[in-house]
Amino acid sequence: MSQMNLLQSINNALDTAMAADDKVVCFGEDVGHFGGVFRATSHLQEKYGRGRCFNTPLTEQGIIGFANGMASQGHKPVAEIQFGDYIFPAFDQIVNETAKFRYRSGNEFNVGGLTIRTPYGGGIRGGHYHSQSPEAYFAHTPGLKIVVPRNPHQAKGLLLASIRDDNPVIFFEPKRLYRASVGDVPEEDYELPIGVAEVVREGKDVTLLAWGAQMEIISEAAVMAEKDGIDCEVIDLRSILPWDIDTVVASTQKTGRLIVSHEAPITNGFGAEIAATVQEQAFLYLEAPIMRVCGIDVPFPLSHETEYMPDATKVYEAIKASVNY
Amino acid sequence: MSKSIHKPGFILGDALDIPTFRVLKQDGTLYKGASEPDLDKDFALKLYDDLVFIRVLDERMVGAQRQGRIPFYLASLGEEAASVGSAAALQSQDMIFAQYREQGALRHRGFTVDQFMDQCFSNERDLGKGRQMPIHYGCKALNYNTISSPLGTQIPQAAGYAYGQKLEGLDAVTICYFGEGAASEGDFHAGLNMAAVLKSPTIFLCRNNGYAISTPSSEQFLGDGVASRGVGYGIATLRVDGNDLLAVYAATQAAREYALEHQAPVLIEAMSYRLGAHSTSDDPTGYRSKEEEAKWAKKDPILRYKHWLTEKGWWNDEEEKALYASHRETILASLKLAEKRPMPKIDEIINDVYDTPTPQLQQQLKQLKAHIRKYPDKYPKTSGRLDA
Repeated sequence: MSQMNLLQSINNALDTAMAADDKVVCFGEDVGHFGGVFRATSHLQEKYGRGRCFNTPLTEQGIIGFANGMASQGHKPVAEIQFGDYIFPAFDQIVNETAKFRYRSGNEFNVGGLTIRTPYGGGIRGGHYHSQSPEAYFAHTPGLKIVVPRNPHQAKGLLLASIRDDNPVIFFEPKRLYRASVGDVPEEDYELPIGVAEVVREGKDVTLLAWGAQMEIISEAAVMAEKDGIDCEVIDLRSILPWDIDTVVASTQKTGRLIVSHEAPITNGFGAEIAATVQEQAFLYLEAPIMRVCGIDVPFPLSHETEYMPDATKVYEAIKASVNY
Repeated sequence: MSKSIHKPGFILGDALDIPTFRVLKQDGTLYKGASEPDLDKDFALKLYDDLVFIRVLDERMVGAQRQGRIPFYLASLGEEAASVGSAAALQSQDMIFAQYREQGALRHRGFTVDQFMDQCFSNERDLGKGRQMPIHYGCKALNYNTISSPLGTQIPQAAGYAYGQKLEGLDAVTICYFGEGAASEGDFHAGLNMAAVLKSPTIFLCRNNGYAISTPSSEQFLGDGVASRGVGYGIATLRVDGNDLLAVYAATQAAREYALEHQAPVLIEAMSYRLGAHSTSDDPTGYRSKEEEAKWAKKDPILRYKHWLTEKGWWNDEEEKALYASHRETILASLKLAEKRPMPKIDEIINDVYDTPTPQLQQQLKQLKAHIRKYPDKYPKTSGRLDA
């Protein structure tokens, strides 16, 4: 074990993957010698050469198109989009190409080796274009997997699993936690399962569900509620596509209450999908309506970022409202 | 280092004047100074067989669409030499990324008449499992990457595929076909720039057929055609007469050598004309004249190549008649079989979304099958073939 922040654990996962398999290749804007604007790819070019870790021109659609081609050739490209906010020029390549490559060819060809890494989320005073959480757009696209880690240990295991998964994965990295989240990370090679949620705290009164950076927030709210004698169960969804319906439904059936929280705007956020599915499968167990604590429906603000964020006090209020319903 | 000037002097947008490489005149004789590529008789006749097969196939399938037997078709009438001639200059290990009008390249690689038919009829033997509209072919065994409808998306993909081949040190390149309309897409610019900067051994072959559906190339871009973009991106570029099979063959052969030797991309702009409609959903009488079409019909690439074969003494009228008759018969027989084959079973609807279907997909299939069982008359093509 060694202490690493989230960036160091991602760098360590990439290093581990590249050392174990020479088909793994990392590229994107500023990813080469400089090691990425956040330094997630530091020293990889020195270690593995310019052929396997390199800068690309500034073209997100080009990066993902190129990555699709490499993956269909049999390589395992790990393509970086510098900010999740800039992924949209590549939307067509991801939605119409990456996601459909296997299906449309009848499995003659696939891009299962592809992993797209991109930082997402607010809390860094980044305004409209360095703060968004675009996961729901992609969750509407069969053929993709979507993974979001909450801490360094999770990040390494989930990223290694994403790179080796035989399906294309978008790996959203909570950039607010890049340096803020520090923890023990095994030095050896390990994978954590994709599509499996984790109950990080057991409880009997209310189920709190989130992913990525929002896990810190709902865990804090659970501590606040504990002082009121409310026992929260806290779940990290970890994968948004496919998502672990069974674990969430079982927990909701046990507690009778579910609160989902994400930073993205509430309307058509992934919380809506979760609420719809859980009410179908746990209707008679519910003691209160399923609640969502999310961003409001505005472009991500700058001066009002603190007010916009679905913080612990907002989650705490939802917990009380659910219990007192 | 750029040279200094001390008065503002623009380089005008039409300053480039890229010539067109031509070998064969319409009468089948060679231009003065041109030399024919090294094609032996058997191979030359195989190429003619490919050309005629595609022409007959296109004619028959446009007819099948008009009869309501398939929902859609897209012919390559007038452009057969560009795809057959270029594919003929490649090796079987070279990957092909096509747009949608390169059935000639696929035929040349060895796609069988039944494989064409099974795809067009979306039946259970279609390699694509009946999931895409007619003409969206793909075949791993023949190194022909499956076609997708969105325009230009294959361009950066081809650059990435070739980069993968390069990392593995293979004696192989990737060819990427697209039309001059697709060259306005962002993916064209992204893909060419990435291939140039990352030195990816890709042959970009633009079929400039004059029209993107109804939009003439004069309303698509200015400057000296698509070729001038290649120069702008620092890519070795050649313009060729796309109706001249020998020139396209020689150009592609040279492009392959260059791409391998320099481990870098090449752009070929093949000048041609789409003699038919864009697709069976299009009617060109609304946007161009009969005179224009007639002018280009005289430059028919298949006729030109036939004249050359005849000049060589390798072809005669009797053989010509027999070849057309034989392809017509084979294609019609195959069509009749393909249209009778059933569509894939309903279970295929959830396969290949992922490497294995997720529990959610399995659940959704179960519900769908239960519904089909309840209303079998509503879903006649699948209700009779449900497994337990």
